[in-house]
Formats: sequence, C-alpha cells, structure tokens
Amino acid sequence: MRTQAPPIDPPSDDKRWRIINAAMRRHGYAPRALIETLNSVQQAFGYLDEASLRYVSSALHVPLSKTYGVATFYHFYTLKPSGKHTCVVCLGTACYIKGSDQILRALSEHFDVAVGQTTADNALSLMTARCIGSCGLAPAGVIDNVVAPRLTEDGVIAKVEEIITDGHG
Amino acid sequence: MDMDELTNIAQQEQAKEAQYVHRARVCTATGCLSIGSEAVKEALEQHATAKGKQHCLVMGVGCMGLCGAGPLVSIDPANVLYQQVTADDATAIIDSLGDEPIERLRCDTSAPFFTRQLKIVNENSGIIDPEHIESYIAHDGYSALAKALTELSPNDLIHEITTSGLRGRGGAGYPTGLKWSTVAKTPNATKYVVCNGDEGDPGAFMDRNVMESDPHRVLEGMAIGAYAVGASYGYVYVRAEYPLAVERINKAIRQAEKNKLLGKNIFGTPFSFDVEVRLGAGAFVCGEETALMASIEGKRGTPHPRPPYPAESGLWGYPTLINNVETFANIAPIIRKGGDWFAGIGVGRSRGTKVFALSGKINNIGLIEVPMGISLHDIIYEIGGGIPDGRTFKAVQTGGPSGGCIPSEHLDVPVDYESLKALSSVMGSGGMIVMDDTSSMVDVARFFMEFCMSESCGKCIPCRVGTVQMHHILTKFSEYHGAQADLDLLERLCDMVKYTSLCGLGQSAPNAVVSTLRFFRDEYEARMSDTMSEMEGTHG
Repeated sequence: MRTQAPPIDPPSDDKRWRIINAAMRRHGYAPRALIETLNSVQQAFGYLDEASLRYVSSALHVPLSKTYGVATFYHFYTLKPSGKHTCVVCLGTACYIKGSDQILRALSEHFDVAVGQTTADNALSLMTARCIGSCGLAPAGVIDNVVAPRLTEDGVIAKVEEIITDGHG
Repeated sequence: MDMDELTNIAQQEQAKEAQYVHRARVCTATGCLSIGSEAVKEALEQHATAKGKQHCLVMGVGCMGLCGAGPLVSIDPANVLYQQVTADDATAIIDSLGDEPIERLRCDTSAPFFTRQLKIVNENSGIIDPEHIESYIAHDGYSALAKALTELSPNDLIHEITTSGLRGRGGAGYPTGLKWSTVAKTPNATKYVVCNGDEGDPGAFMDRNVMESDPHRVLEGMAIGAYAVGASYGYVYVRAEYPLAVERINKAIRQAEKNKLLGKNIFGTPFSFDVEVRLGAGAFVCGEETALMASIEGKRGTPHPRPPYPAESGLWGYPTLINNVETFANIAPIIRKGGDWFAGIGVGRSRGTKVFALSGKINNIGLIEVPMGISLHDIIYEIGGGIPDGRTFKAVQTGGPSGGCIPSEHLDVPVDYESLKALSSVMGSGGMIVMDDTSSMVDVARFFMEFCMSESCGKCIPCRVGTVQMHHILTKFSEYHGAQADLDLLERLCDMVKYTSLCGLGQSAPNAVVSTLRFFRDEYEARMSDTMSEMEGTHG
C-alpha cells in the first residue's frame, strides 16, 4: 500500500482538489479507494469530467477503463454538470401509485426538458429518483436538495418557476 | 468502560431527564424533517426556556411511525401525541403542559395503529435522542454487548441467536444463527462484518429509520456479531441517498469510539472492533451481498456466483458476516432477554417481529412493527385504517421489485416467509404498498419491470436481455396492443429469467408479472387489441 502523495498534479489549482487528495490519502492511495474518491469528486464539483477521471485513475493506479466503468455504473455519478436548479421527482412505488409519473410528464412539458436533461438555458435539470424514502409524503420530490412533500402538477410547476425566477432575480 | 461506568452513564442520563416536569419529543427523522419539524423543535425550545429552566425538556427523537401525519410531537408524562404540528402551535403546546391537551392537534394513541404494534427493533424509536449515546445507554444500550463480552462465549451467543429463530430481515430469510456459525467455523485470522444498509426497494424505509432513529443499536448488534464470529473490523454500507442516516451512523461511531465501546479492548476484554461507513453510489443491485462487497472493494457492483458464499470467501477473499440493518437491530434485545423470549413471538418458522413501511392508497401511512403471523387484513384494515376516499382495496404489493401483488381474496394470509412465498410474493425487506381499484395491475407490473430492467447490472444475459423483452411485452399490454402470443411468450420468459439468472435481482424480477398474471389475468386479457371490445367484464 502506497502512502505518499500521487506523482502527478491535480488537473487545476482549484482548492477543492485538496478534499479529493485527502480522501485518497486516508485510504493510502489504494485502488480500493476508487468509489470513496469518486464520491468526493462528485460532492465537491457536482460531476465527474474527463480530467478528474484521468487524475483519479493515475493517482490510484486504476486503469482508466475501470474508473470509467465505475463512474458510469452508479447512478450517483454524473458526467455532466447539472443546471442551476434541480428538480427530482421520486418514482418509487408509493409515489408512482399516487401519480408521480404524471407530475414528471407535466414538468417535462412545461419546462420543455427531457427527463434526465437540463434546459437549454441551463436553469433547470429534471431528474428522477428510484425512491427517496419519503413514502409517507407521496408523491414527493426534491427541489434544490429540499424534500418537497405531496406534490401536485400545478403546485410543483409554480414552485419550480418561483426558484428559477428568484435565482435569476 | 466497564459495567459500572455504563450503569453510571445510564443513571445520570435518567436523572437528567427526570429533572424536568415535562418532556416534549419532536420527530427529527427524514419524514417529519422534510415537513418542518426542525422549526417546530426550535419554537418549542424557545417557549420552553421562557417558562423556566426545568419546566420542559425538548428532545429531538427518531420516527414515531405515523409519517403521513407529521410533524409529530409526543408529550411525556401526559402521554399525548400531537400530529401535523407547526411552529405556530408551539406556544399553545407549552402553555397547555400540565393542563388539558389541545384536542385540535391530538392524535388518538388508543387507535389500532398504535395498540396492535409490537416494537422490538423500534423499541427506542421516537423515545431516545439518536444523536446522543447517553440517551441510548439510558435505555439499556450496550448492556447486551457488555453481557456478551463478559459473560458469554462466542458459542453461547450463536446458540442464543439460533434458539431465537431469527431469520435475515433483508428479505431472503436465511437463518441468522446458521449464518453466524458458518462464519465462526471458517478458520481465518482476518474476518469482516458487513451491515447491509443499501435499502434499495422503492417504497421501503425501515432500515433508514433504524439508522436515523437508533443508530447505536445497529453498531451494538454488529459488535456482538463480530465477537461471535471472530471479526475485528466492520463496514456499514449505506445508500448515499440517505444523508441523514449516514450522518447519524457516523456520529454514533465517533461517540462509541470516544466511550471505548468501539476500538481496542472493549469492556476490558481482548475483543477489539472498529467500524467504518461506506456509501452506496446508487445501484439497486448492490443490495445483493456479493455485489455489495464488490462495491466496498471499490469496483462496479456486479454479483458473482455463489458458492463461494461470503461466509467462506467475502470481502477481499476473507470470511465475511453480512446481515441486514434490521437483523442486526434485533441482536441486542435477543441477548438481553434471551433467545427463548424472542422465539415466543411469531408463528411457525418466522419468529419475532417485522417492520413494514406502509404506504400507497391507505389511511395510515408510516412505519409499523408487528409480530410475525399477523394477517394482511389486520395490517391493512386495522393498523392501516383501511382505504381512503371511499375506494375499495385491490391488492397489496410486498417485497418491492422482487415481490408480488396479493389480492383481496388472500388477505387472511398470515405474514410469514413461507405463506407470502406461496402467493408468488416475498416477505422482502418490508415495503408494503396498498393499491385501490383505480390502480391498473398491468401498469404496476410494467413499472416494476422497468425498474428491474434499468437496475440490471448487465452481467448475465437472462436478466439483462430478459427484463428488456418482458418490459417490451408489458408496454404492449399497457397500451392495449397485447396479443395471445405475447401472453404466452411473457409466461415463458418469466420462467426462463427466474431459473437462469445469476443473482436475486434477475431471479425475482418476474415475480410482479407472475403474481399479477395469477391473480389479475383478466386485466391482461382486457388489454389485448384483438379482443378488446368483447372482453369487457366477461373474465375474472
């Protein structure tokens, strides 16, 4: 197990790389630290770009193909930055039974954005979740990291409109 | 830390709580937090302080069960439960202490929802403060670990767990005692304990609740397991989608380390045990034990064939004990009260209790813990309070994507592993979703197949390709374009995927289709394009 710093420099002098280096150091730069490291990149930068995948690969001595494999296997990772705001609609069974698919469709139509994509003006990413575990509040969603309970089509559209306007204002 | 110190901490904490005339407990688990319980707690604290120092202790506690009626606040010793509390109600609640309760906010705790439950796993949930180890210790916390380490041998422990009849609560129901003894018998100096907190079934939040409401209980169960099998390192694998659970488990680990309840020479014995949290990065298949371990090792979470079982060759090739959160949560009470006590609850080969997350088209939405063997009817109509909006019950879905839909004619079935299996469903991890007459069973089957299709890891062909083909056929029925040939093919595919897939995900993926075809075949037939017009109401 290697414990020294990686032989290469981070892709940029962004201070957030220190968090990523700390995560790798904690695990002795062992290949097994791959997921923990990618978690820290995802959390610090919000997505994994090619430069970060290359950097993590060489620092942990993991083939780039494996790193890419892991990065694309898990839903938690995104390879593209998300929009300024995010709206996640839960598609868990309890929410589905209470019509979350219609809410998702309404959002997609109203904001003219495909599910899993970001609007052309980069204002909103429309995502889905398998189950956020807030089944008691179904249908539920997560708007900018805050759980939004008992969604209705009109209510959630108004709410998202509001955060977009406020965010730009 | 020794037994005396543990008792000391417990007494001090009990004395601290007893100083106050009243205690207000506010739910600070995810459900209530997301509808504003933090603001309720702050407001209560503010008004309580204004009333004088030892008037009312405001505590943040775990889930009280009735998530659909949150935020919940319970008042002790008056034994009053308030529902849908807002910060504006805080003054009135504090002012009413020692006087008549506020009827407008009151939740009837004599209702079957509360009286028909039996709490073992959730005995502390909603009572203790999950962020303070002292609160857990004051409720017998870590006394089972002390007893295990100082009075019992690993063999005694395994015997006790075997006597209890406890079976894996992750869904498959493998006897826990047998699993423990297999790991214990495997000769190896290095062994691991893994707690599976990758609760991926949609509609299931039992494990999240335990980790958020009583995290030390999980650590204590793991430590006892580690002592029994001879391990000294453990991992808690938690979904990244559960940030609060991750935070509370991490906090619990630090507190336990500080109090020398984790680490070296616990209770002055040679036994040492450390625990680390690993985050799941969002892949349903990682709930499967071999996939979960691949994920801990930093790889893609793809399963591998068993044998070898994790008990012989698990994490990095070492013998590994892997149990679900709820299984570990049952360990401490079993050691405290004895295996015979636990075996006295339940029916047949299903002993103890099971926690279910009750949701969907039902009046009382939330978490319940019931003795094994209770009927589905009692869960839905008594505890659950029946179907809202004057609709009628159609089916209850148990076991998430691995489970099936049970119709009304089978509601008398007792909830145990074998009876549910006989109905093409499974006990599963504990999701229980109720559907009324507005739900289309074909659409439900398609919903679960879409889930399995996108969560298939792609390693084995039957699951990777079979789920896509079944989803395609189900979509045809969903759009009223089905044909008899599709129905035949669908049934053949169910068999093929079930019997030839590598892991549990594929093997159980057809369950939703099998059970809906068995009990609601008429709905499929009504959606065939060639017979649509004359089928209406003629089959059933």
